[in-house]
Amino acid sequence: MKVWLSQHVRTLAATLAKLVRSPVASLLNIGVVGVALALPVGFYVGLANLQGFARELAAAPQLSLFLALDASGSDAKQIASRLKQHPGVRNVTYITRDQALRELVARTGLADVAGSLHHNPLPDAFVVDANDRATPTLEALRDEFRRWPKIAHVQLDSAWAMRLEAVLKLGRLAVLMLGTLLAFGLLAITFNTIRLQIMTRRDEIEVVKLMGATDPFMRRPFLYYGALLGLAGGVTAWGIVRGGVYLLSDALADLSQLYGAHLQLRPLTLEDSLSLLLFSAWLGWFGAWLSVSRHLSETNPR
Amino acid sequence: MISFSQVCKRYPGGFEALKNISFAIADGEMVFITGHSGAGKSTALKLMAVIERPTSGSVLINGQNAGALRPRAIPFLRRNFGLIFQDHKLLFDRTVFDNVLLPLNIVGYERREAARRVRAALDKVGLLAKEKAYPITLSGGEQQRLAIARAIVHRPEILLADEPTGNLDAAYAAELGELFRSFNRVGVTVVIATHDENLAARLRPRMIALKNGELARAAVEAAA
Repeated sequence: MKVWLSQHVRTLAATLAKLVRSPVASLLNIGVVGVALALPVGFYVGLANLQGFARELAAAPQLSLFLALDASGSDAKQIASRLKQHPGVRNVTYITRDQALRELVARTGLADVAGSLHHNPLPDAFVVDANDRATPTLEALRDEFRRWPKIAHVQLDSAWAMRLEAVLKLGRLAVLMLGTLLAFGLLAITFNTIRLQIMTRRDEIEVVKLMGATDPFMRRPFLYYGALLGLAGGVTAWGIVRGGVYLLSDALADLSQLYGAHLQLRPLTLEDSLSLLLFSAWLGWFGAWLSVSRHLSETNPR
Repeated sequence: MISFSQVCKRYPGGFEALKNISFAIADGEMVFITGHSGAGKSTALKLMAVIERPTSGSVLINGQNAGALRPRAIPFLRRNFGLIFQDHKLLFDRTVFDNVLLPLNIVGYERREAARRVRAALDKVGLLAKEKAYPITLSGGEQQRLAIARAIVHRPEILLADEPTGNLDAAYAAELGELFRSFNRVGVTVVIATHDENLAARLRPRMIALKNGELARAAVEAAA
């Protein structure tokens, strides 16, 4: 056990030494792996952020009923009582046009614009919470309310969230495809890197094999190299994405401030970071394994 | 114990290196396999070390059928051997010490014990002073002795040498002969493929002579 462990430690040390001994080649290899991984990971982070914003905004889908501009106070009262009696409605909030304007001014900082208006352009509105938040029910309600008198427009605010969700789904699929392709690319990179190493160390492999080295023993240094290459590539990718998020989040903060909102980009979570590192190390290991196994099986006696 | 029974080896392309060969080498014996180049000496050694498999017949090493061994089991069989090649097969990117250390690393010796054994082996072949040198700086004879140190460092039961004196002058060859004799005296089975008649005359081993892939002295063999 102790011998086994010390063999592993020795192999690891030798592999690290090998990486350090040819720094340019190692850095280039790691850079290729890192950039290849950073692409899908970066997209993934972008998507995760978009999804986060979307979820915050569309937590509870509501129906907004906008009254016609010529609707009077009694019309509004009538609609309010009709809404309250409706079996599908849980809660109704009445927002007068003055209230709406005040909120608009307060939330968006458009005081100058509002001040320059001669009259309030906003209609009275009701915000309706439905009992059942399933999309078909909400759509049925929307269609029903739309036919009521003095109602100019009914908006189901989950519609855009659904559209966004569909776009995100498409994006996730694209990331998955890109990720799969680039994972194959990574396999090919490690496969070839290890193949080159095997070629330059052909004599050593032959000699060691003749002395009774087992296949796992001969594979080990290459597997370590592959795994280390993958891991270092993963760390690079993580750094690239982290740096990208850092640079972008400042710009995004400036941008969102202009719109009176406060958006912040979230970097990779701890879990995602660990998965990234594990996956990249595994990919490197697997590419090396494929490469070495192929070569070793060629050298078996016939 | 090495035993060949009715061994044939045909290489791809149809060349028959060994034709129906049978012989046995007992533990602790010193045996020369002789014959002209192309007689099948190297092939016989390769079959013993499972570098090649016989086309037909069986090769038994310590009771194991080497020809039918699973690839996974071959390394463990090979650890019984010390192999010495005509072209040495030294690794030129590492020191004399590290070359000899290689077989011990494979088996997985503890570091201090391994270093002790490496020095003992280097001392045996007279290269202890050059442990930090690189093989490229050694003379032909020294390289051969380094190869021998590497072959014996893990104390194998059987030493297989293919033309060990191939490119060496007579004095060096005589020295090597003494080395082989000293290993044999402590119980190591020594099998040498060679056409060096001086060496044979000096060591007086049992001879297995091959000619075009057949036993040339079948009568001698039957008596032995």
